Amino acid sequence: MRAIGIILAGGNNKMMRELTSKRAISAMPMAGIYRTIDFALSNMSNSHIGKVAVITQYNARSLNEHLNSSKWWNFGRKQGGLFVFNPTVTSENSVWYRGTADALYQNLNFLTSSHEPYVVIASGDGVYKLDYAKVLEYHIEKKADITVVTKDLDPSEDTTRFGVVKLDDDNRIIDYDEKPVVTDIKTVSTGIYVIRRRLLIELLQKANDEDRYDFVKDILIRYKAIKNIYAYKMTDYWANISTAEAYYKANMDFLKKDVRQFFKSAPDIYTKVDDLAPAKYNPGANVRNSLVSSGCIINGSVEDSIIFKKVYIGNNCHIKNCLVLNDVHIGDNTYLENCIVESRCTISENSRRVGTDGNIEIVVEKSPRYTI
Amino acid sequence: MLRKKTCVAMLLAGGQGSRLGILTKEVAKPAVPYGGKYRIIDFPLSNCTNSGIDTVGVLTQYRPLRLNAHIGIGIPWDLDRNVGGVTVLPPYERSGSSQWYTGTANAIYQNLEYMEMYNPEYVLILSGDHIYKMDYEIMLDYHKANNADVTIAAMPVPIEEASRFGVVITDDNNRITDFEEKPAHPRSNLASMGIYIFTWKVLKEALIAMKDQKGCDFGKHIIPYCHEKKQRLFAYEFNGYWKDVGTLGSYWEANMELIDIVPVFNLYEELWKIYTTSDCQPPQYVASNAVIERSIIGTGCDLYGNVKNSVLGCDVTVEEGAVIEDSIIMRGAVIKKGAHIHKSIVAERTVIGENVELGIGEFAPSQLDPKVYAFDLVTVAENSVIPDNVKVGKNTAISGITVASDYEGGMLPSGGYIIKAGEER
Repeated sequence: MRAIGIILAGGNNKMMRELTSKRAISAMPMAGIYRTIDFALSNMSNSHIGKVAVITQYNARSLNEHLNSSKWWNFGRKQGGLFVFNPTVTSENSVWYRGTADALYQNLNFLTSSHEPYVVIASGDGVYKLDYAKVLEYHIEKKADITVVTKDLDPSEDTTRFGVVKLDDDNRIIDYDEKPVVTDIKTVSTGIYVIRRRLLIELLQKANDEDRYDFVKDILIRYKAIKNIYAYKMTDYWANISTAEAYYKANMDFLKKDVRQFFKSAPDIYTKVDDLAPAKYNPGANVRNSLVSSGCIINGSVEDSIIFKKVYIGNNCHIKNCLVLNDVHIGDNTYLENCIVESRCTISENSRRVGTDGNIEIVVEKSPRYTI
Repeated sequence: MLRKKTCVAMLLAGGQGSRLGILTKEVAKPAVPYGGKYRIIDFPLSNCTNSGIDTVGVLTQYRPLRLNAHIGIGIPWDLDRNVGGVTVLPPYERSGSSQWYTGTANAIYQNLEYMEMYNPEYVLILSGDHIYKMDYEIMLDYHKANNADVTIAAMPVPIEEASRFGVVITDDNNRITDFEEKPAHPRSNLASMGIYIFTWKVLKEALIAMKDQKGCDFGKHIIPYCHEKKQRLFAYEFNGYWKDVGTLGSYWEANMELIDIVPVFNLYEELWKIYTTSDCQPPQYVASNAVIERSIIGTGCDLYGNVKNSVLGCDVTVEEGAVIEDSIIMRGAVIKKGAHIHKSIVAERTVIGENVELGIGEFAPSQLDPKVYAFDLVTVAENSVIPDNVKVGKNTAISGITVASDYEGGMLPSGGYIIKAGEER
């Protein structure tokens, strides 16, 4: 494709509570086997974007570990490939990324040394499937300066944690409000942008000269009157997971057949594969309306839950409405309801943790683990 | 000039495995699925990687497409290397006398050039037919410590079964003094596992000396040749799990052993992982009314029915009201509503129609081949279709897209078979 890709994966959000104390949002395990960044990476790969940079900052160890080889997403190529940009100290610069625009500016070299005419910018915390080539086609057809991919959320959803946009009849963005205090607009920005590479370089340079560092505030909102900023409406599934509740809900969406089928159908979402044996159901296992990933051994009952990879569930356990993240060991006779169990936890026998529908309990427990 | 390798592995993967019947109609035995997500060849390949052997030649002959596609450039086993790695070695044409691989040793002989490329000190000969975990490095150390010319891995078997195997007779130092191929009255219970380490010079000399031997075979020709020359042959005793899934019965059994609470053969341990080509299938979904008991289930399955004592591969669909018991269902198969499957092997991408009953009725010997289709199993080949509402008895074989009219009175009685689409093999 005639574009390079940039994935912004440096962010953190306090609303994730304990979940991001050990990793960036983009590295959050998702839907049993994925990490959230897999969606953006796979979309890039499936859209035939061959040169992709991932910009990281906050707690990137887990993310870097996930990205240790580019071959899982088909980026192991001589032309292009996968680049990971952590903030670095240079002779001119000794500060962290001060915002999204600054993160791009500090890696301006990636933009100036490429020859592709367009750039697709995506955030690493979206769960979706999108052909960026279609967005680019739309971008060219509209003669847009910047195209923002938007999603019309359900009227019942609170949009105050998003950037909300107001469109004219031609889908040009005429107003853009970032994280408004109150709003009744349900069209939100998904954090996916298409822009001409030279224009991006120009805008970033200007922003930097003026000590402005945020892509949304200092570029999109600031230039909306003089640049043609268009919205591309995404109609398929999209979720942003930057709060614990949204993360829980997006995972639970995978229990719905249509969502599951959507992500299962071609093109695939790729991920780094762990070599784990298939899931094993021992006598006493009673699993209902749940997803179970490979490497799991189940002895207890599981209902309306998502069990990530390599989870051991002991005898007589009851797991209900839970997300149990990777490599968790749950001792016998444990009762968990409305919980997110952090990865690599060991829950001792006879535990009881109960959250509520509106207030999901995040379980972090590192008891000593006994293995057979 | 290529870099020298201490040990090169040669993996024999060209066999059909004819006793697996219609399961190996389209694929070589090493490519037959096992344990929900693996293929048999994953075991020797993973053993190589885990033992630090990074140069593996895979000799293919019978139906190699699936095998080639599975191996690819060796990514799952970390065998995608700049120097060494995995190389698929099919038979090839040459000026003068082109021939197929006529025997195990003949196949290796025809690839002398491959081994010479790496100028190894030792060559490990493996077969792609067995399920086991083994550290070849320890065996190699043993070979070196004994200053051996040939080391043969051997496993103690019950003496009454020893006559099925090639048996080695050893002295107190495990040096092989004699051996017998399938003896009527075995003098030892140490059975050869078909895993050999040769000192390269010894192997090369023997292969060249025996090059005109018809159907040159390791067990029948090369090992006796080395023995006659009074070379140092040692037995390496192996006491772990090792299974030759040579028949449908042993294939079924080996799969069923995995579902025990603590299986004899454990795939869940960290230290000796088995690698395979995974295609990122999402997790399996178990619906509200599904019941899954004592089973191993691959990724991406959609389960709405009942599964008991079974091994399911990736991406299998089990519709509502379907019941699967004591069976192996391979990747991509669809079991429609209300189907009852008992003690069956259903191969890849096969569709079992609504309310079909498999594995019912009384025993009757197979009319197709009573030696192959025994053990009361129903065997359904890959890409087959069984139409709605038919009943199928025991010791049966079905291959191809079958329709209701193929089943007289809606029934394939025990011992019967339907082989459609293409020739019977």
